[in-house]
Amino acid sequence: MNKFEINNLDLHYGDFHALKNINMQIKPNTVTAFIGPSGCGKSTFLRTLNRMNDLVEGCRITGEILMDGKNIYENTDVNMLRKDVGMVFQKPNPFPMSVYNNIAYGPRTHGITKKAQLDEIVEKSLRDAAIWDEVKDRLHKSALGLSGGQQQRLCIARALAVKPQVLLMDEPTSALDPISTAKVEDLVLELKRDYTIVMVTHNMQQAMRASDETAFFLLGEMVEKASTERLFSAPQDKRCEDYITGRFG
Amino acid sequence: MNHHIKEKIAEYIFLAVALSSVLAVVLISVFIFAGGMPAIKEIGITDFVFGTKWKPTAAAPYYGVAPMIVGSLLITLGAVAIGVPMGIFSAVFLSDFCPDRLHRIINPAVNLLAGIPSVIYGFFGIVIIVPFVRNVFGGNGNSILAASILLGIMILPTIVSVSQAALRAVPSAYYEGALALGATKEQAVFKVVLPAAKSGVLAGVILGIGRSIGETMAVQMVAGNQPRITFDMTKGIRTMTTNIVLEMAEAADLHRSALIATGALLFLFILIINSMFFVLKRRMNSEH
Repeated sequence: MNKFEINNLDLHYGDFHALKNINMQIKPNTVTAFIGPSGCGKSTFLRTLNRMNDLVEGCRITGEILMDGKNIYENTDVNMLRKDVGMVFQKPNPFPMSVYNNIAYGPRTHGITKKAQLDEIVEKSLRDAAIWDEVKDRLHKSALGLSGGQQQRLCIARALAVKPQVLLMDEPTSALDPISTAKVEDLVLELKRDYTIVMVTHNMQQAMRASDETAFFLLGEMVEKASTERLFSAPQDKRCEDYITGRFG
Repeated sequence: MNHHIKEKIAEYIFLAVALSSVLAVVLISVFIFAGGMPAIKEIGITDFVFGTKWKPTAAAPYYGVAPMIVGSLLITLGAVAIGVPMGIFSAVFLSDFCPDRLHRIINPAVNLLAGIPSVIYGFFGIVIIVPFVRNVFGGNGNSILAASILLGIMILPTIVSVSQAALRAVPSAYYEGALALGATKEQAVFKVVLPAAKSGVLAGVILGIGRSIGETMAVQMVAGNQPRITFDMTKGIRTMTTNIVLEMAEAADLHRSALIATGALLFLFILIINSMFFVLKRRMNSEH
């Protein structure tokens, strides 16, 4: 069964037709990468999966997005949806509070108050995000003192702390140096055992290294989606071929 | 060359204008501390600050300003207890929950509150708040409570506008990050955005405290003005500011000097409050 099934999805920002008839299936425990030039709609599409576009005024969506067979735009508690579908942003955005409180924020929001339980979640999340060793001695210091790469892994840990099923990553390494980027990519490969991961990336090498499936977007359309290997070795669509061979974008 | 000299002269004129406000502060400080010193010396600093009796016209006069210090602090505390929660909630509403069209009405209305002369507030206090306190809580109505309510309203615009600016300066990434974890809008605003704005909000509160402790006219009209120490909120009390304004016209010699010394004490409070404000403001600016 597919984790996500997207049928005939259209999205408008006011008069602007930002996503045009998107159809896609996303399998569980895979990494799916979205590539395409800036403004092609890949981030917008990613944000339909946890309904973050609801925040944008004038945004209208038609079509359906089924998660585990259930339409997330109908009779869905959007807060529970976002708990199940975690998100990591382009720019690391730890809250201006301690490392511990950053991780504990989500669980506390969802009603966990016992300290022992929170301690356990914090440690496990940080371990799963491969940052425990770096922050275990400074759990109660401000998260803003961490390096950019550490902050991003902290944000991943924060997302994991609410036990999501899916992790959306919106260009998670575009603000990071190569070493931090490599750490995040390793982490992605590690995490896909337990989570379904969908990531937007500007970096085609990253898509090749980290993803199982890749979808190419252009001007609001999803032009082609295939296994990453196939898409990069034998793209079917001319536009996709031009893009990945570097003729534009 | 001529041109160069002209430019220099202009520069010095601008400098002089800019320095005039510094000069004003310095002159006021010198006047008020120099004017108050003789009284403090003669009365003795302990008897002056901690003395509980203020009887300047008695045969054996007492010049203790402790009742007025208590009065100023109590009324300010009351104003904070009333104005701060209202102000912060208003700011949160205006910055995060208010529809644009409503914002265009409420925000100017709140700002207009700041422009109302304090004597008008005083009238409002006499006509509405004093009878309200009298009817609901007893006493004659001229009281700590009435002054607190009135000042609580008067400090609203300060707290609302400064807090609102602080809330709006919080990066939206924090808000989105909280929502992405499944937090409701209220949880995101109160547990992430508001804490992120806390230095700014606190700066607004401190500015409000400064305004409240320095307010004279409106307080004088509703506070009862008895120079006594009481912690009964329905009883009247006198503040440092009203002490000065009530007696200055008829005071002479030591009495006059003691009133100036009261002003010096008030000034000291204001200085402390303002330096707290600047420290917080600097901290707020370095946070984002």
